[in-house]
Amino acid sequence: MIQFFLMVNKQGQTRLSKYYEHVEINKCTLLETEVIRSCLSRSNEQCSFIEFKDFKLIYRQYATLFIVVGVNDTENEMTIYEFIHNFVEVLDEYFSHVSELDIMFNLDKVHIILDEMVLNGCIVETNRARILAPLLILDKISES
Amino acid sequence: MALTVVSQIFPREMIPAVLPLIEDKLQHSKEIIRRKAVLALYKFHLIAPNQVQHIHIKFRKALCDRDVGVMAASLHIYFRMIKENSSGYKDLTGSFVTILKQVVGGKLPVDFNYHSVPAPWLQIQLLRILGLLGKDDQRTSELMYDVLDESLRRAELNHNVTYAILFECVHTVYSIYPKSELLEKAAKCIGRFVLSPKINLKYLGLKALTYVIQQDPTLALQHQMTIIECLDHPDPIIKRETLELLYRITNAQNITVIVQKMLEYLQQSKEEYIIVNLVGKIAELAEKYAPDNAWFIQTMNAVFSVGGDVMHPDIPNNFLRLLAEGFDDETENQQLRLYAVQSYLTLLDAENVFYPQKFLQVMSWVLGEYSYLLDEETPEEVITKLYKLLMNDSVSSETKAWLLAAVTKLTPQAHSSNIVERLIQEFTISLDTCMRQHAFELKHLRENVELMKSLLPVDKSCEDMVVDASLSFLDGFVAEELSQGAAPYKPHHQRQEEKLSQEKVLNFEPYGLSFSSSGFTGRQSPAGISLGSDISGNSAETGLKETNSLKLEGIKKLWGKEGYLPKKEGKTGDETEVPPVPQESIIMENVDQTIIKKDQSQVLTQSKEEKEKQLLASSLFVGLGTESTINLLGKADTVSHKFRRKSKVKETKSGETTSAQNMPCSYFSSSSDVTYEDDYYLDTLQDRGDKELNKFSLNSELLDSESLTELPSVEKLSSCTLSTPSLFTDDMEGLHSPSSTAASVANEISLASSLLEETSEHMHSDLVEVCNNETISVSSYKIWKDDCLLVVWSVSNKSGLELKSADLEISSAENFKITEQPGCCLPVIETESIKTFQYSVQMEKPFTEGNLFGFINYQMMDTHSVQLEFSVNLSLLDFIRPLKISTENFGKLWLSFANDVKQNVKMSESQAALPSALKTLQQKLRLHVVEIIGNEGLLACQLLPSVPCLLHFRVHGDVLALWFRSSCSTLPDYLLYQCQKVVEGS
Repeated sequence: MIQFFLMVNKQGQTRLSKYYEHVEINKCTLLETEVIRSCLSRSNEQCSFIEFKDFKLIYRQYATLFIVVGVNDTENEMTIYEFIHNFVEVLDEYFSHVSELDIMFNLDKVHIILDEMVLNGCIVETNRARILAPLLILDKISES
Repeated sequence: MALTVVSQIFPREMIPAVLPLIEDKLQHSKEIIRRKAVLALYKFHLIAPNQVQHIHIKFRKALCDRDVGVMAASLHIYFRMIKENSSGYKDLTGSFVTILKQVVGGKLPVDFNYHSVPAPWLQIQLLRILGLLGKDDQRTSELMYDVLDESLRRAELNHNVTYAILFECVHTVYSIYPKSELLEKAAKCIGRFVLSPKINLKYLGLKALTYVIQQDPTLALQHQMTIIECLDHPDPIIKRETLELLYRITNAQNITVIVQKMLEYLQQSKEEYIIVNLVGKIAELAEKYAPDNAWFIQTMNAVFSVGGDVMHPDIPNNFLRLLAEGFDDETENQQLRLYAVQSYLTLLDAENVFYPQKFLQVMSWVLGEYSYLLDEETPEEVITKLYKLLMNDSVSSETKAWLLAAVTKLTPQAHSSNIVERLIQEFTISLDTCMRQHAFELKHLRENVELMKSLLPVDKSCEDMVVDASLSFLDGFVAEELSQGAAPYKPHHQRQEEKLSQEKVLNFEPYGLSFSSSGFTGRQSPAGISLGSDISGNSAETGLKETNSLKLEGIKKLWGKEGYLPKKEGKTGDETEVPPVPQESIIMENVDQTIIKKDQSQVLTQSKEEKEKQLLASSLFVGLGTESTINLLGKADTVSHKFRRKSKVKETKSGETTSAQNMPCSYFSSSSDVTYEDDYYLDTLQDRGDKELNKFSLNSELLDSESLTELPSVEKLSSCTLSTPSLFTDDMEGLHSPSSTAASVANEISLASSLLEETSEHMHSDLVEVCNNETISVSSYKIWKDDCLLVVWSVSNKSGLELKSADLEISSAENFKITEQPGCCLPVIETESIKTFQYSVQMEKPFTEGNLFGFINYQMMDTHSVQLEFSVNLSLLDFIRPLKISTENFGKLWLSFANDVKQNVKMSESQAALPSALKTLQQKLRLHVVEIIGNEGLLACQLLPSVPCLLHFRVHGDVLALWFRSSCSTLPDYLLYQCQKVVEGS
């Protein structure tokens, strides 16, 4: 089960965070800084899974942006690893060449996409067209 | 969008309000809406499974939806449900397999492909479900073999996501019932993973290997070299995973190397969580497989110094116990201890090294107990070292207490002890009360060398680590006070019990024992016990129970038992004799008692020091045991003559007990106790037999006075036997079981017959066959008794052969409390006969449905034993009983309950009138109709043991408005569902 989803840039600023299990807010920031530190300290040759306290971190780096997912130990790491890529592909399709700025200024949309894909810590949709369908409808409404 | 929100943040209280809306959406024409509706239901299932249980059928529909998305969404719900209860969904295996086959075969629309792999996440989810379903179930597993093979073959593409699928496949293959070809393929896959240059794959491979290795250790051999490489891998995460793998394959041969590697890793890592985890593992391994003493001690030293204060407190405790209790071989023990002492001394010699507090505590205990084993170093030197540590500021006060205790233990062995004196001086003025306490104890003990030596003997630590919870060693003191006219102390509850028990036939009189004193020091033990009669019975009992719960092996149970003798009321008066205390020992005794008192109060007040004090207290009483026991027995002998006469009278009355007598007797002959001298033991055996007989006759009398059928009486009975035999035996537990079984044997017939009567008295379900084979068949039925649910299994022997040692066992379940009714183990089931086993079941916490698993073992005439498993489904309904209350009370209760649920239900035509509707409810759900007022009806019921629920019904046309209130939150939901079923369904 996915416990949290984080997007962080290389400077350690959180761009997006979503928790699927209740964590207190002040603990969130503490957790985030620790997570980021442990991710940043790793090199390319090292494996992208980290055991961290009682759960596992799976991270992927896209240019300056890190995406970190925390899962409990029942989850298959590789699945999540590929899921991150899938998520980025969806973003890429929607924003066409997604960049950190896109995410910063369209946070609501990124959230909608993420909500379509992950619910209650489960991956619920991976079909790109279907993920984007509601968002495109929303866009159409706001245009007209 | 609203549905998404629903599935994200939704309070459980609102579910009933929204549920119908969402159910409607399940039929919506757009697949996205249907999908969202299913997901919302998933959320409901997560937070309150019992509220959506009536729509399980709709989940099935969703699973068969023509749209893939909807189907995929429903998988989440099924995954969850199957995880909780895999047996209930075995029938769906076929559909899951077909779905997976279609997915793997590429039958899905192209847009579901991810890097040309068809719906990988869906596949993984399905594989996981199959893994859960096929676990330990050959038949279900067989259905899957084909599709698993197919997935393994298809997932050849070189992409990350296929690896993920492969990993899941391997996982599934190894969790279901094994099939050799698949295992081979899976093993090959793992090999590919592990050997892969990609680091992520390597990690995955190691993880899979760790999982697999438990079933098939040979696989590790194939990948030996890779594992070794991984151990030296620069990435700590890989290393860690490898260690995890090694931890699983550790055995006596490779332990040294593996622990070596673990310690290396431990020294590098800094994170607390990892340290705690790893230290625990090392300690566990070291205890299990240690090849020799030196290595063991060194490893533990390393563990203590690295793990330090963060590690789990069990580790040092276990270590110390291991040292104290040792193994079978005495020389081995000595060596181990000697080595430990030596290594600690060398460690302490090193200057300016900081050790964790826990490590110091362990050291001080070991040094205190075992430094007498040293030849070349005198106790003085050890004391000096400890003293140095004591003066060190960085040592915490808790550790200082340990150190000081060690010094105390060493003092009697030391000849000259300036340092001890200095120490006493320093600490008697210490600000820390605890330290001051210790120092004073030491001081007093030093003033009396003789006493000290007997109190702190060498190497006795493990033999009697018993703290007498009943404080019986103070009994002598109490007796003395009593003789001077003090009133006996009675705790509140005992005073109440005393009142009650005075009405009973039986009474346990105190019998003050006087024994000649032999200049024996510190003899305030079981001398005169002069508490009030019932009290002594009671306190002995409680004391014993606590002693038993200490769970220390090899305990001599010496205290607080010997003094009690059962007597008939009226035969002996209050024979409270005060033991003659020899003049010369009075002073000593006083000193001693003050110490003990201090000890005892400290044990109570300062939990930190508890262990410390236990040790001290135990060593205080060393050596008292044997002599006084013999003394006592000598006395007991004369008493038993008196008894014999009485017991003969009883003998005629109780025919059954003669058979029961055999059991304890044989028990006695098998048990040999070190404290008794053998010849004497044999002599007394006969006496004891008589006493046992007497005891049972007492029991049978008690039985007569109590009603036979009630279970509580059996409990009382066993509690009586618990207190009576305390005179005769040192091992309570041992005797308790035979004696109570003996009692139940005597009781069995009457109980069995009475229970069968109950069958007819109460409502019961039909006989359902739960399992069978060619020789036996097991059927079960439920009896809804007023206070519990009685499940009866009847085993019938269909074959023409006798079945031997048939035994039915019910495994304990999380939610139930199961009590076995007597007579459940049958030596023989005769040909073509039926035997019944009865279990009463109580619900521990509310749930909607649960299974009770059990199995039956039996032996045919000449073949080996056969085991047959079965399960019985229990629902909440089985625990619902009518609650008979008046309308007035109903009103009061109604206002006091917080949880309420309302719902409107359409009634079927046949029961449009309220009374008839209520009548069906009353019959089907076992509710109690309190009153019917016009078009309103009041009903009440309770969930066993005692959770009430009130129902209110009102009829508008053909709509029935239900309103539930209860103190339990889940109960109304469940009842609503049941009522709905009854009202709508019939």
